[in-house]
Amino acid sequence: MTDPVKTSTTSPKKGLSRRSLLKTGAAATAAAAFPAPMIWAQNIKDIKIVHVGQSYSTIPNIAEQANKDLDFTVEMQTSPDNTAQVNRMLTQPKSIDVSDVPITNMKYFVGRGVLSPVNVSEYKWYDKTVPIFTTGKYPDGGTVSMQGYSPMKAQYYTDESGSEYATEPTDWLVGVPLYYNADTLGIRPDLIGRPIESWAELLNPEFSGKVALQDGTGVGVPDAAMALQAMGDVEYVDKGNMTRAEIDATIDKLIEYKKEGHFRSFWTNFDQSVQLMASGEVVLQSMWSPAVTEVRTRGIECLYNGMKEGYRAWYIMMMPMAHLEGLQRECAIEYMNWFNSGWAGAFISRQGFYNSVPENVKPHMTENEYGYWYEGKEATEDILNPFGKVMEKAGVVRDGGSLWDRMGNIGIWNTLMDEDRYLVRRWQDFLAA
Amino acid sequence: MRVPPRVASWLQVAPMALVFTTMVLIPLGIITVVSFLDYDFARVFPEIYLGSWTDALTSPLTLSLYLTVFKFLLITLAITFVVGFWLAYFLVFHVESTGWRMGLLAAAAIPFWTPGPIRMVSWVPLLGKEGLVNKALMNAGITEAPLDWLLYSEFSVILAYCNLLTLAMLGPITHSMAKIPRSLIQAAQDAGAREWQIVRDVVLPLCKPGIAIGAIFIITAVLGDFFMIKIMSGGQINTPANAIATELAAFQYPPAAAKSVMLLVIVVVLITGLLRVVDIRKELQR
Repeated sequence: MTDPVKTSTTSPKKGLSRRSLLKTGAAATAAAAFPAPMIWAQNIKDIKIVHVGQSYSTIPNIAEQANKDLDFTVEMQTSPDNTAQVNRMLTQPKSIDVSDVPITNMKYFVGRGVLSPVNVSEYKWYDKTVPIFTTGKYPDGGTVSMQGYSPMKAQYYTDESGSEYATEPTDWLVGVPLYYNADTLGIRPDLIGRPIESWAELLNPEFSGKVALQDGTGVGVPDAAMALQAMGDVEYVDKGNMTRAEIDATIDKLIEYKKEGHFRSFWTNFDQSVQLMASGEVVLQSMWSPAVTEVRTRGIECLYNGMKEGYRAWYIMMMPMAHLEGLQRECAIEYMNWFNSGWAGAFISRQGFYNSVPENVKPHMTENEYGYWYEGKEATEDILNPFGKVMEKAGVVRDGGSLWDRMGNIGIWNTLMDEDRYLVRRWQDFLAA
Repeated sequence: MRVPPRVASWLQVAPMALVFTTMVLIPLGIITVVSFLDYDFARVFPEIYLGSWTDALTSPLTLSLYLTVFKFLLITLAITFVVGFWLAYFLVFHVESTGWRMGLLAAAAIPFWTPGPIRMVSWVPLLGKEGLVNKALMNAGITEAPLDWLLYSEFSVILAYCNLLTLAMLGPITHSMAKIPRSLIQAAQDAGAREWQIVRDVVLPLCKPGIAIGAIFIITAVLGDFFMIKIMSGGQINTPANAIATELAAFQYPPAAAKSVMLLVIVVVLITGLLRVVDIRKELQR
C-alpha cells in the first residue's frame, strides 16, 4: 500500500527523512502514472479517526494541521477530565479510535482488551525516539529511575495478545510515547528571597501556611514523598510504589503537618495552581510547567528549577483502540505517526513539554526556540507560545537547563501504586484531618 | 368510550412511575449491589466483599466526615434562616410597591448571574492574603498582618454557602409570608400586639412551610456539595460527598457506592422528619 501521508507544504525539506522522501517520491510517481483517482484514495477520504484526549492534547490547531496533512479526516474530542476519559475508554471503547492518556492510567487497561498492541515496525519513529521510552536508558547508557510509573513498567506488552505488560523491550508497544516533562516545585523567589534546592523545603516550618500540594494520590503523594524523604521523616524502599507500612508512615506524618496548619491549600486544577501562586497565597507548591509560564506571563516572578533529589517526571502515551481493523487501523497508526512527525511536537514543545522524537521537532522550530526549549541555551530573541504571545524575553535560559539536564535527573515518576486502594483510603484520612 | 376511574388513575401515574423506576429505583438497586462487591483498579468483581460497608459504618473517618458536614449544615441553616426571614419580612411588610418588592427579590439573585466556577475563583482576590478585604483592614490600621482565615478555612466555606443559599431560604419564606392575609395582622394590631409579638405569634408559625421548603433545599445542597467546599476550603476539609468524589475519581466504585447509599438514607430520613413536623402539602393548599 502506498503511504497515505501527503507531503506537507508547510514542512521544510530538511524535515523529511530519506525514507519518507523515497515513499512520497514513489507516491508522486504513482500518482503521475495513474492520473485517475485510485481506489484506496477514495476509500481513505471516507475514513474518520476519532482521537479522544484531554485539553492538553486535543488542541484545535493540531487537528486543523492533521486534516491538512492527512488524506483522511481526524476528529478530536476533548474529555472533561482524566476520570471521564478512562471511563469512556473502558465502557465505550468503540466510540474512540485513538486515545492518549498519562501512563499512570495504564493499570486500568491491562487485560481489559480495549487497546490494540502496536508492532514496533508499525511505528515509524521508533529508532528516533528518545531511549528513555524504548529501552529505559539514557543516551549515555545510564538507567532511568524505576520509582513510580517509569516507562518500562507499561511501554511494552509481553506478546501480541496484549494481555500483560513487559518490563523490558519487546516487539509489541502499548502505544506511542507522545510527550513528557520533568516537574518540580514552583517557587516565588520574590517572597522567599533565597534559592530553593531541595524538596525538603516543601515541609520546612519556615514556609508554614504558605505551601500547597496537588490534591491527589498520583502527583500530590509523590511530591510529598520526595519532601518527606528529603526531610528524613520517612524512609522508602520505592516511594513510587509504597508498602502499606510506608503509606501509613507517609500519611501519619502528613497529618501532623496538616494539623500544624502547614498547608495553605490543595489544588485540583491548573487555574487554581496559577491563582495560588500569582496571588501570593503560597510561595512554594507542586506545579506544572505551563502553570509556571502562566504566572510569569502575568509579570510575576516564578521559578521552576530542579531540586537536588531530582525531578518528578511523567509522560503521555497515545494508543489505538482494539476494535480497529483494516484500513481504519492503518489510518489510526498513520495518524499516530503523524502526531510525532514534528509539527504537533513543536506545537506542544512551545507550551513547555518535550516531544519523544526531538529530531523531528527540530526542523519545525526556529533555532532560537529549539535552543531555548530543548538545549538549555539562552534565548536570542523573545520566546513565543504556540498562539504568538510572548512567554519569555530574549536573554532568558530555561529553568533547569537542557532536556537531558532536566530529564536526566528523575527522582520519581507520577504514580499509581499497587496499594492504590489502601492509599486512597488513607489519603481521605489526611484530607479529613 | 369511558375509562374506569381505577384505570384512569393508573394511566395517570404510569409515566412518572416509569421514569422513577428506570431512572431512580433500578440505578439505586445496582449501586446497592455494587457496594457489596470486591474491586481493584477500575474493576468490580462479582465476589461479595463487606469491607466497603464495615468501613463506611464503623470507621472514625465516617464519623468525622458527618460531624464536619452537619456542623456546616447547622450553621448555614441558622444564618440563612435569620437573614432570609428578616429580608422576607422587610420585603413583604415594609416594601409598599409590588414593583419594588419584585425588583429587590430579583436583586437577591445577583450572585447567580455568574457561573459557579467563576464565582468560586473570584473569592480569592476578595478574601486572599493580598485581597481587597485584607488590604482594606490593613490600610485602616485594624490589622497588621493579613488574616489568613478569611480564605481556605471553615469561615470561607460558610460564607460561600450563605452567599449562595440564602436565596433558597428567602424565596419560599417570602412566598409563605405573602400569603398571610393582611386582615390577620390588622386583627393582631387591633388586639394590641406589638410588632415583635406579631412576628413571633402570627408570622413565624404561618411561615413554617416556607422555612421547611427552604431547609430542604439547603439540606440537600450542603450534604450533596463537594465542589464549593473543595474550592473554598482549598481541599482541606473532607465531607461525605467529597469522599465519594475522591473514590469515584480513583475508580473505586464499591466504597463510593456504600457511602452514597448511606448519604441517601440520611438525607431521606432528615427530609421525612422535617415533613412530619410540617405538613407542606396541607399548608400549600391553603
